[in-house]
Amino acid sequence: MESDEGDEQQQEAERLPLSQRPEWSDVTPIPQDDGPNPVVPIAYKPEFSETMSYFRAVYYSNERSSRSFQLTKEAICLNPGNYTVWHFRRQIIETLHADLQDELAFVGRIAKSNSKNYQLWHHRRWVAEKLGTGAVNKELQFTKKMLSLDAKNYHAWSHRQWVLQALGGWEDELDYCQMLLGEDIFNNSAWNQRYFVVTRSPLLGGLIAMRDSEVNFTIEAILGNPENESPWRYLRGLYKDDTESWINDPRMSSVCLKVLSTKSNYVFALSTLLDLICHGFWPSEEFREAINALNTPDSGPLDSDLGRAICRVLECVDPLRCNYWLWRKSKLPLTVSSQ
Amino acid sequence: MGELAADKHVKYIISVEKKKDSFESVVMEHLRLNGAYWGLTTLDILGKLDAVDEEDVISWILKCQDESGGFAGNIGHDPHVLYTLSAVQVLALFDKVDILDADKRLDKINVDKAVEYIVSCKNLDGGFGCTPGGESHAGQIFCCVGALAIAGALHHVDKDLLGWWLCERQVKSGGLNGRPEKLPDVCYSWWVLSSLIMIDRVHWINKDKLVKFILDCQDMENGGISDRPDDAVDVFHTYFGVAGLSLLEYPGLKPIDPAYALPVDVVNRIFFSKK
Repeated sequence: MESDEGDEQQQEAERLPLSQRPEWSDVTPIPQDDGPNPVVPIAYKPEFSETMSYFRAVYYSNERSSRSFQLTKEAICLNPGNYTVWHFRRQIIETLHADLQDELAFVGRIAKSNSKNYQLWHHRRWVAEKLGTGAVNKELQFTKKMLSLDAKNYHAWSHRQWVLQALGGWEDELDYCQMLLGEDIFNNSAWNQRYFVVTRSPLLGGLIAMRDSEVNFTIEAILGNPENESPWRYLRGLYKDDTESWINDPRMSSVCLKVLSTKSNYVFALSTLLDLICHGFWPSEEFREAINALNTPDSGPLDSDLGRAICRVLECVDPLRCNYWLWRKSKLPLTVSSQ
Repeated sequence: MGELAADKHVKYIISVEKKKDSFESVVMEHLRLNGAYWGLTTLDILGKLDAVDEEDVISWILKCQDESGGFAGNIGHDPHVLYTLSAVQVLALFDKVDILDADKRLDKINVDKAVEYIVSCKNLDGGFGCTPGGESHAGQIFCCVGALAIAGALHHVDKDLLGWWLCERQVKSGGLNGRPEKLPDVCYSWWVLSSLIMIDRVHWINKDKLVKFILDCQDMENGGISDRPDDAVDVFHTYFGVAGLSLLEYPGLKPIDPAYALPVDVVNRIFFSKK
């Protein structure tokens, strides 16, 4: 894919003022009209003013020609946030039946330094939509390239999700998520994408069919880094709408117990255990022992009710959110005693 | 704890408007209307809206209006919803909304359909993404929760679940991030905080530590606030830092409405004058 900005940069270096270009000699540039008393007028660079003045001329006369097309490229390179220019470029593309593959290449060249520009991504989608399913591979490649620069780029992920749903290409997506998580197990976007694939891919069996292997994968990730928020949430998501199966899967509570036994990074393990208990899970004695063994200072003698005991520990070890844990404690179902 | 260098921030904002030849002013020229909203609302929260010439601002804004009724980001650009919002907000600050031909109102939109779409973007963690299946993101959550609040449809939000997701955005430094495992950023003091307030769960974060984080993001010499301590300042983060402090009831600041992102007195003025 074209990430080399050489073309555009070279053009910038060799730029001839528009007033000196013979192909523009018949056009009268239109200067910006800020009115008689401009509010904080901007002192634009000469090439910017000139480019935009010529742009205004062709825009107002609705000239959809190849010179206008070239001019929109120059204007975009000067200010890629100018949505009016992008929009006019699209109109020109339609009128001239411009080559859409070339257009993808152009966007690809300026994407690296404009990776979070809404206009760029919108334009990319517009072109890809016109190309249809033929664009799948290029779009997956493109977003993969952008994500290799920033694996959490929201625009790239949105575009990729759109490509998959509108154009297809699901075959390697789970593997792709696997690879990204291998590079950074903390990448919440990759976890989200994994969920997206598991729940929506027409090539996989659906959430319930995938659940078992996904639970195993997620537990391994948790045990590797129990302080990682994403896999805990992912684990819960695997049991959406099925609380019964969730509390009855022994792996749910056992992963909490394993983490508690290490006596470190156990905040999410505690909150997950708390959630399980609140939904009807009956903790055996080893859970109480594991929590006792944490030996949290300031928490005082442990409450006889395990739910309350957990909340008390969380108030101490996660003090930023102590009001939340106090509230959770107040919402606990009243029990006569813990097991 | 440090202090809010209010006077410095006022000076900074006024100076940005005048800094015409910087790189930023060129690439931002299409969104000057947004910049006007950020700068002017900050001034109003600090009680200093009179530092700008109201007539100059309003006449420039009106030049950004198109025959469709929409507003562009600057003179000569196409109208766009983003800038139309900023234009209305700025006019509201100056109590000049009535100069608009207010033919586009909530009753002209299919609110039910809009709510339906927003709900379809809800995720299992209680948060919202940009599209169905999109990752939960605090900025997106603000937009969805704010829209639901304005539409009177907050019952669609699982406040306890979302409240927890939001309070998990607070990191050790006291700042807030926008997604799990990302860095804190002052602008999330707005997106996360206003969302928490709209769902009545703001007491679930540690407010004092957040105040300290925002104050640490100030440039005490030249004014302005940055995304995180020691980075370069800009008007966008200055606005969200000050607005966040207002939501946290920092002394000396006008209260701000979490859904409309305008001072409460401005919002009240509009609602009480509606017939």
